[in-house]
Amino acid sequence: MGGIPHDHYEPKSKATKAINSRLPIIGLLHDTLMIPTPKNLNWMWIWGIVLTFTLALQIITGIVLVMHYVPHVDMAFDSVEHIMRDVNGGHMIRYFHMNGASLFFVAVYAHIFRGLYYGSYKAPREITWIIGMLIYILMMGAGFMGYVLPWGQMSFHGTAVITGLFGAIPFVGESLQTLLLGAGAVGQPALNRFFSLHYLLPFIIAGLVIVHIWAFHTTGNNNPTGVEVRRTSKEDAAKDTLPFWPYFVIKDLFALAIILAVFMAVVGFMPNYLGHPDNYIPANALATPAHIVPEWYFLPFYAILRAFTADVWIVQIVNFLSFGIIDAKFFGVLAMFGAIVVMGLAPWLDTSSVRSGRYRPMFKWWFALLVIDFIVLMWVGARPAEYPYDLISLLGATYWFAYFLIILPVLGVIEKPLPQPATIEDDFNAHYGPKDGGSATTPAE
Amino acid sequence: MFRKLTLAAVLAVSASTAFAASEAHVEDYDFSFEGPFGSFDQNQLQRGLKIYTEICSACHGLELVAFRTLSDEGGPMLPEDQMRAYAEQYEVFDQALFDGEGDFRTAVPADRFPGSSLSGAPDLSLMAKARAGFHGPYGTGLNQLFKGMGGAEYIASLMTGYEDPPECAPDDMDGSYNSAFAAGGYPEECKYEDGSHKYPGSWIAMGQPLWGEDVDFDDGHANDLESEAMDVAAFLMWTAEPKMMARKQAGLTGVLFLVVLSVLLYLTNKRLWAPHKKKD
Repeated sequence: MGGIPHDHYEPKSKATKAINSRLPIIGLLHDTLMIPTPKNLNWMWIWGIVLTFTLALQIITGIVLVMHYVPHVDMAFDSVEHIMRDVNGGHMIRYFHMNGASLFFVAVYAHIFRGLYYGSYKAPREITWIIGMLIYILMMGAGFMGYVLPWGQMSFHGTAVITGLFGAIPFVGESLQTLLLGAGAVGQPALNRFFSLHYLLPFIIAGLVIVHIWAFHTTGNNNPTGVEVRRTSKEDAAKDTLPFWPYFVIKDLFALAIILAVFMAVVGFMPNYLGHPDNYIPANALATPAHIVPEWYFLPFYAILRAFTADVWIVQIVNFLSFGIIDAKFFGVLAMFGAIVVMGLAPWLDTSSVRSGRYRPMFKWWFALLVIDFIVLMWVGARPAEYPYDLISLLGATYWFAYFLIILPVLGVIEKPLPQPATIEDDFNAHYGPKDGGSATTPAE
Repeated sequence: MFRKLTLAAVLAVSASTAFAASEAHVEDYDFSFEGPFGSFDQNQLQRGLKIYTEICSACHGLELVAFRTLSDEGGPMLPEDQMRAYAEQYEVFDQALFDGEGDFRTAVPADRFPGSSLSGAPDLSLMAKARAGFHGPYGTGLNQLFKGMGGAEYIASLMTGYEDPPECAPDDMDGSYNSAFAAGGYPEECKYEDGSHKYPGSWIAMGQPLWGEDVDFDDGHANDLESEAMDVAAFLMWTAEPKMMARKQAGLTGVLFLVVLSVLLYLTNKRLWAPHKKKD
């Protein structure tokens, strides 16, 4: 594995030789764990391990929850309350799982924006990026379907709204919505198939995570400078890197312990803070909640969905040009999925030859604005669709698309990047090395 | 930059647990169970149980709560004989009796409270969690985060929120005016031109249930309206979250353990990297 030259595993004892010549699993594990890793990685490179941990947490707590949960419209709500009240430790397992979803998305957003800032999506890491985007989309699917399972008011009416989005697709929408729900409306068939898929998706995610790791172990990690590890010789590579074990494992575990302390405080002291109170009311088709609000991690894209109403001129133009096939509702759906697609296309939209935002003086500000935009969209996504929130979400959605479709391509042409360090070793020594050996480049952070 | 952004993101997450700015007044009562170290007041829960039994249960049920849990640790902790005697006041329908046709029998500790007897009266088991959605200001959730406001505050405010209707309201409004209730009918006459309400609250179908001095306590504890409202709100917080004490205990143990673990890992990490981070 791996393009970075390093020592490969050599079995020494008779037993390991025998095993490794038949199945090179010890070598595979050894090479994976000892992968040369740029030694200048900063604290934004810890989210991968947080995500891996959270996936394991969700799968383990989820498997236990399924032992007590009943996927039936008349019993699902009560079975969750049975877990909360009667199952030993059930209330903790359920709260871990429920807030674990939030931890998952906090980590994945930090991970994605890390990649966007340091140009981790750029060649040769496009496949890593695309697989990451697939994982993210599956996570959203799993998160949404998991929210349906307690069969509370928000579960029920949220399902109606979200599957209704697919119903907005011209020609095939209605059939597609019926296929998703297994019926004409939200009910037992929908609960059953969402339960089935909610159990399946995490294992597909786990498979994709392995491919994700395989891909970046082949290209090597990106790092805060965006400068590649020297591959001229094993000695040069060793100057830029340290093995993953123990250096980065211990560092990442330290960060994970702090994050889990915060997570534990949320679970222990305010487990329902990020949830919606209406989901403690059993689903009732006849009473629609006053405001149907998705979970916080969907809000930025929900805001984009709602931003393009029928009175926006671009919606009217598209409607006219498509002979009315693309109406405002379908336009919103296209915009919501498009917002994720343009993010996935970042490797080809970004024309700059410089990878890290640290050496891109103009990019830095546009990127900061993108993060603010994301946060503002998250806020307006939960507000009622009325003035001024509709205007704010339209502006926010416009900037999101402008960043990927206009700013990234144009910046690469007009921006004059700052000098980058020649090697990772130079960058590392500038922080930690002998005082005389420091280069002039100062970090952005 | 990321540090600043992370901070902003944390604020945004709290902002995003946003709900409609409720047009009702919810008082920030101080409950003993607020905060990471707060715990239920066992006597208050027992008083709340008495108020529920004598007043609320006439219409509302608690069908998720089993009688046996009244003796559980972290709850009202009725002595077992009292709990059994309490359960025996109730009759439950048992499908297994009378050759499978079912019949009523005296309740035992394993049974649950009956459901609501008045159609339209919601079950109260989870009310304290289901009615916690009045986060302010501007849907930022800050009142919940910093003042510990939740469903218990709402229930107590609802109990004390019955007031004389504002003058602008017509006499034929259905229900009673309540300053803490946002989801009911509201007369056009009491709105400003932009549609916002002149007075908090709305009209609720439930008539005023507590007036003060509705229940007498054996220990002579205060039974004015506000005390009763808080007692029953605390009791309903327990029915909604019976494992709250165990959860906070687990949270505290977990946080302490993880803080110690982080310190150890910090020191390990520092020592591990030291040879590579020479400053001399």
